[in-house]
Amino acid sequence: MAKGVLVDITKCIGCKACQVSCKQWNDLPAKIPEFVDGLTGPPDMDGDTYTVVKFKVVEMAGEYKIRSAKKQCMHCQHPACVSACFAKALEKDPKTGAVIYHPHLCVGCRYCMLACPFDIPKYEWEKTFPLIAKCQFCFDPQDKYDRLSYGKPPACVDTCITGALVYGERDELLKEAWNRINSDPSYIKKVLGEKEAGGTSWLYISDVPFEDFGFRPNLGTRPLPEYSHDFLKYTPIIAVGWGTLLTVLYHYTKRREQVASESDNKDVHL
Amino acid sequence: MSADKGLFQEIAAYKWKFTMTTARKILILLAGLGVVCMLYRLATGLGSATNLNDQWPWGLWIGFDVLTGVALAGGGYGTAIIVHVLHRNKYLAIARSAMLTSLLGYLLVMAGLFMDIGQWFNFWRPFVSWGHTSVLFEVFWCVSCYTTVQVLEFGEIVTEKVGTKYHNFFKKALPVLMVLGIIFPTLHQSSLGALYVIMVDKLYPLWWSPYIGLMFLMSSFFVGPAMICVETALAGKAFKHEVPISVLRGLVRIAGVFMILYLGLKFYDLAARGVVNLIFAGNLEGNMFMAEIILGVMIPVYIAFSSMSNTRKGLITFGILVSGGLIFNRMNVVFTGMSAALGGWYFPSIMEWAVSIGLISIGCLVYCFIAENFNILVHEDHQGAST
Repeated sequence: MAKGVLVDITKCIGCKACQVSCKQWNDLPAKIPEFVDGLTGPPDMDGDTYTVVKFKVVEMAGEYKIRSAKKQCMHCQHPACVSACFAKALEKDPKTGAVIYHPHLCVGCRYCMLACPFDIPKYEWEKTFPLIAKCQFCFDPQDKYDRLSYGKPPACVDTCITGALVYGERDELLKEAWNRINSDPSYIKKVLGEKEAGGTSWLYISDVPFEDFGFRPNLGTRPLPEYSHDFLKYTPIIAVGWGTLLTVLYHYTKRREQVASESDNKDVHL
Repeated sequence: MSADKGLFQEIAAYKWKFTMTTARKILILLAGLGVVCMLYRLATGLGSATNLNDQWPWGLWIGFDVLTGVALAGGGYGTAIIVHVLHRNKYLAIARSAMLTSLLGYLLVMAGLFMDIGQWFNFWRPFVSWGHTSVLFEVFWCVSCYTTVQVLEFGEIVTEKVGTKYHNFFKKALPVLMVLGIIFPTLHQSSLGALYVIMVDKLYPLWWSPYIGLMFLMSSFFVGPAMICVETALAGKAFKHEVPISVLRGLVRIAGVFMILYLGLKFYDLAARGVVNLIFAGNLEGNMFMAEIILGVMIPVYIAFSSMSNTRKGLITFGILVSGGLIFNRMNVVFTGMSAALGGWYFPSIMEWAVSIGLISIGCLVYCFIAENFNILVHEDHQGAST
């Protein structure tokens, strides 16, 4: 069954241990610290950073409170990036649900970066032969960075001390999410990732608006690959139909020309 | 082997011409600069040569060199339909130059794409690893196949002068090549637009549309005659080759009809999605959209069907407005329409400009060289009249 992670924003204390463990597990180099919005650092995911904890100061009933949310690849159930890759360098693993990257197949066109509704894939801009960088859900068919196949949770979840991150079966996590929402009125009545773009493996619940952490509000529930399919499905019909029509027109108009210029007895040249 | 030797001797013996002018010297300088920047980019990577970043993964090279370049080269397949499939022989005079421009355009697009992909040694990957759910997959295959078809079509022209014994073979293959050379562009001109259907919550609603593929296809078709107007005006001066006004006017009117259909589709689609009001929102997107439609489509339609298209001035104005409008449209899709969703900042670096300008300069130089050595502007019928 497809795995998932439930992120409870109300339980996150912003310690960033998940960020550190991600870098350690995946051998990602550290950088000189750089902060935005107070404590968010680095400002966003990048070529060396698969996950970032985003901070936001929010006003609640006259009090200022800090809220933080870990962001990384959502591991969509119908990933736009996988459908957008024209070299099959991105793949959704059917068993775990992880969306993983095969660097040797990548051409470096960066269409996945534009197709992703959550702006997740990043690029190693400073390298001569750059690759895409994104969270692999600690799943690795090559084994080196694998945790999921060994029955272990992703490194970030394993290191979370407050229970803000919970790893498990997606179906069960979804039930748990609604249980928490229904038993505590301070939660927003929505599980982000339940239906967005066809649903995601990572699910978020929160007591502050999700837009505070950069989730765009207008993303529909329709899986994004369907939009491309609605276009591409006409390709064979157009190729065959248009080709036939052109061939017929070619012979018809050529014959018409010949008949018209028969008195001239001159051939129609191309 | 001996046959090949004969071919090489023929190539060596042929009297190649290339006249040096000041304009050409400047073009050679720009081309050289472009080549240096391209080598630098290939050696050091995208980060140091371009201003592309994680928020703006596609920039000038994709937006201008590829998306706009392919559309502007659309004159080739448009002419192929009109002249070689519908046999409207009146337009034969412009067929070869339009199709040569198209061939060169596509070669430059391929060069631009090669510059833009990060793992350029891996460019062949989609030929064997089929990501068939991607619209880009269709673009990749069709552009590759079409460029090959165009090179073969050009073989018919080359073998008139060099390698003459292969001429009959190319001549016989031409009808098949023409039909293939229309199917492929039909597919990829539309799929270039359809690349954006997946960005449904990113591209501004004035440009995002379920019909964006069809809109890209239509605009690539009607920009063909506009480009021919501009091109014949330029080539007419340089090579003293005048295309009769009636020929150009006929083409411009064909374009005009498709522009009216295009407008109809645009407004039907905007109305169907209930976003017509966004045109008059007074924001950047609304104003840019309005400018694009009025300057690039509405005014040219008026020119096409008024007496203005009876004059060379009117035809050139039409050509510049429509070509400019198409460039404007593609830029709006790639930049204006995406800026709100992507945020951040992007402006092409000096090297990005140098590569784009360098590629265009190379195209102009090759065009001049070919036009001087092969029958491009003077068709068989008028041979001996000049040159």
